[in-house]
Amino acid sequence: MKAAVIVFPGSNCDRDLAVALEKSSGKAPIMLWHRETEVPQGLDLIAVPGGFSYGDYLRSGAMAAHSPVMREVKRMAEKGVRVLGVCNGFQILTEAGLLPGALMRNRDLKFICRDVHLKVENTETAFTRPYTKGQVVRFPVAHHDGNFFADDELLKRIEGNGQVAFRYAGADGTVSDATNINGSRNNIAGIVNGKGTVLGMMPHPERLIEPKLGGADGKPMFDALVEALS
Amino acid sequence: MKAKVHVTLKNGVLDPQGKAIQHALGSLGFSGVDDVRQGKYIELDLAETDAAKAREAVERMCKELLANTVIENYAISIEG
Repeated sequence: MKAAVIVFPGSNCDRDLAVALEKSSGKAPIMLWHRETEVPQGLDLIAVPGGFSYGDYLRSGAMAAHSPVMREVKRMAEKGVRVLGVCNGFQILTEAGLLPGALMRNRDLKFICRDVHLKVENTETAFTRPYTKGQVVRFPVAHHDGNFFADDELLKRIEGNGQVAFRYAGADGTVSDATNINGSRNNIAGIVNGKGTVLGMMPHPERLIEPKLGGADGKPMFDALVEALS
Repeated sequence: MKAKVHVTLKNGVLDPQGKAIQHALGSLGFSGVDDVRQGKYIELDLAETDAAKAREAVERMCKELLANTVIENYAISIEG
């Protein structure tokens, strides 16, 4: 699997993603600076990392979405290259129009930094295949703007197409307002595009890839990407 | 020319910051504030001298960057 990780000024999870990808694939990903106007040939996966690109100016992800490299990311995504956006990466992908909806300030206005439980919904994508439908996984979150918004019509479309990948849940898999950490509509923590080739999620799978880090629930996602894209 | 842009959350989009401001006003003793919506104000100095063209350009700026039309509305005023 040939992977690239985009690096923006203010990215801070780019190396974590690179470590996770290398651990699964045995091959270090290419680190791509935001000013690049071309991406290497033959990429299988582009990862857009978490952090605070451009200091979250204007809106989280708004500036990064219009950076030179994102034009190429969009072109590659249209060709079916898999794109994974985590946290700020998810915000960037919605701002760039690669994923529907928007991420707003958390309902209680607090920065939330802790492990959360997620219920896996769609397991038909290269990212989520190793999980079983309804499985509960534990991933860390660390965000201020993770409150997923879509209006009623868009929400209906996202749900109808099975584009919800993960929902905030309790340890037992209950999905309710009490388990909705940030006010996201329908507890949505991660979604895919219509083709299932672009995944955006607020929680960080790359932060729990081995027991030494406190858990390994994120590891299967990277292993599965390597398996599907090699 | 000068363009003034107000970006506000659409109706129906929860504005937690507006709500927090409303509560703070209440606790300061300002009663009767039924709702607060917070937004952004952006001023642009433009080289363009034609008001219609300026408005058209700012309209595009709003759609492409200044506002996220999934959640926000924008209002533009052009001043000579």
